[in-house]
Amino acid sequence: MSLNPVAVTIFLILFVFVTVLGFAASRWRSGDLNHLHEWGLGGRRFGTLVTWFLLGGDLYTAYTFVAVPALMFGAGAMGFFAVPYTVLVYPLMFAVFPRLWAVAHAKGYVTAADFVRGRFGSRGLALAVAITGIVATMPYIALQLVGMEVVLAGLGIPMTITIFGVPVPDAPLLIAFVVLAAYTYNSGLRAPAMIAVVKDALLYITVLAAVIIIPAELGGYTKIFASVDPKSLLLAGGTPRNLGQQAAYATLGLGSALALLLYPHSMTGLLSSSSKRAVQRNAVILPAYSFALGLIALLGFMAVAAGVKAMPEFADGFKTFGNNFAVPALFLHSFPAWFVGVAFAAIAIGALVPAAIMSIACANLFTRNIYKEFLNPGASTRQETDVAKIVSLVVKLGALFFIIELPTQYAIQLQLLGGIWIIQTLPAVVLGLYTRWLHPRALLIGWIAGISAGTWMAYLNAFKSSTFALNILGTVVPCYAAFSALILNIVVSVVLSAIFNTLFNSARIDATAAEDYA
Amino acid sequence: MDKPAAKRRFRLSYLLLVIPYVAMMWVPYYNRLDPQIAGVPFFYWYQLAWIVLGAVLLLPAYFAVTRGDRS
Repeated sequence: MSLNPVAVTIFLILFVFVTVLGFAASRWRSGDLNHLHEWGLGGRRFGTLVTWFLLGGDLYTAYTFVAVPALMFGAGAMGFFAVPYTVLVYPLMFAVFPRLWAVAHAKGYVTAADFVRGRFGSRGLALAVAITGIVATMPYIALQLVGMEVVLAGLGIPMTITIFGVPVPDAPLLIAFVVLAAYTYNSGLRAPAMIAVVKDALLYITVLAAVIIIPAELGGYTKIFASVDPKSLLLAGGTPRNLGQQAAYATLGLGSALALLLYPHSMTGLLSSSSKRAVQRNAVILPAYSFALGLIALLGFMAVAAGVKAMPEFADGFKTFGNNFAVPALFLHSFPAWFVGVAFAAIAIGALVPAAIMSIACANLFTRNIYKEFLNPGASTRQETDVAKIVSLVVKLGALFFIIELPTQYAIQLQLLGGIWIIQTLPAVVLGLYTRWLHPRALLIGWIAGISAGTWMAYLNAFKSSTFALNILGTVVPCYAAFSALILNIVVSVVLSAIFNTLFNSARIDATAAEDYA
Repeated sequence: MDKPAAKRRFRLSYLLLVIPYVAMMWVPYYNRLDPQIAGVPFFYWYQLAWIVLGAVLLLPAYFAVTRGDRS
């Protein structure tokens, strides 16, 4: 694809602007960045509005904005599950997470695994939660790079650039990530918080323009929906013997909602807010992003109506990125060059924010729950923070290596597995907020059962799909594997807790008290 | 305000949070094309509308807890 000078110029200006912001952020509401809760949680000082921008940039990632319409473009109605998913996240955030915020604030917890360690007094269980978080997040970071790769290609920026006479493959990605790594190292969570404000402003402008301009060009929504294959406009209906796509749709929505808030980057975002009321206010106002996401999902259908796939100028893009190229192609087709620059900058910067927060979240987990717990129990706060900063670099390098060296398909499949894995921490983290009756050993065995069953189901699907058809009393129920594995996990945890609590001396150490949760 | 009344309002308002789960999980109800709004099939606008409704349903619970903060 040929280089688009106007779009590239606008894109680069915005990119440089957020880079400056990223470095300047260290001085924003400044604290002693040698403390982990200062570097890794922004000092827990983010008010309602900053938390809104931060979580908005964090939960609604660039990859989401590329992949959801791509799914609509390819599979139709099924891709819209992102909407029920985001509807179901917020009642949960409102009701449950203020408790987690309160106990983390009272006890100085930085990660979910910190809480599990304190609540159940079990190093093994806390380690399981920490490792699940890190492993589930890594491919997620890698996928943010995919979002960035797609828009760079759309701009016609060559992926191999000759620097000092040496051709460097993937140089633009490399540069973007080195810059990102540098200001994350320098400013910690304050950097993505500040950049998120710019990213979100660009995003809302883009979405607003897209849903007004593009349908007008295409002759209205009636025409857009009419151009979609009628079979994929709705979910295939079920039969008494097979509940079909509708069951998959419902469990995908609910399961994804349950998984989302357990991801380390969500935890980091939630725990960095200044009060539990700020968390609740955000549960009320974050749906604004969901609405934007819902509209963006419809861009998939607009891309169908515009017929971008058949246009020769986009053939290369579709060949390289598949349906993920649908939205960039639609923007290139519908927008003037300067606005393409704005829209693509929104997506690329939208990749930087979650990538930064995710790497910080992984760093927090490694430092608190592996380094300090097992490797250097006497670490000072300074050492703790230094380790976290270095781990945030290593994590990003790992993600970069992943995307450059391995086929993108691996990252997508691993992210699919990540959702199945992270949800298995729900009994320890979420049920643990309400009861200490569950036995840590039972929770650990439940976790193993859930991870094994979920991974096995994904394996039987050849890692291509996350819905697995269960046969329940003669009825076939296609179900999100994370969800069915979670049910197994909970049943195992509860049954074994009943047994272990009677068999073993149930005197356990709980570092938290009832008033810590209020 | 006496305490039991406040507590009851608190509980009732949290009960509202269950409604979005029913509305979203009951897929056969909204898996249809009609009625349409401005050319958008029911399946799509129903779910988009629930993004807004879901947020509105959080408000009673929010006001209940902030009232609790003040007293």
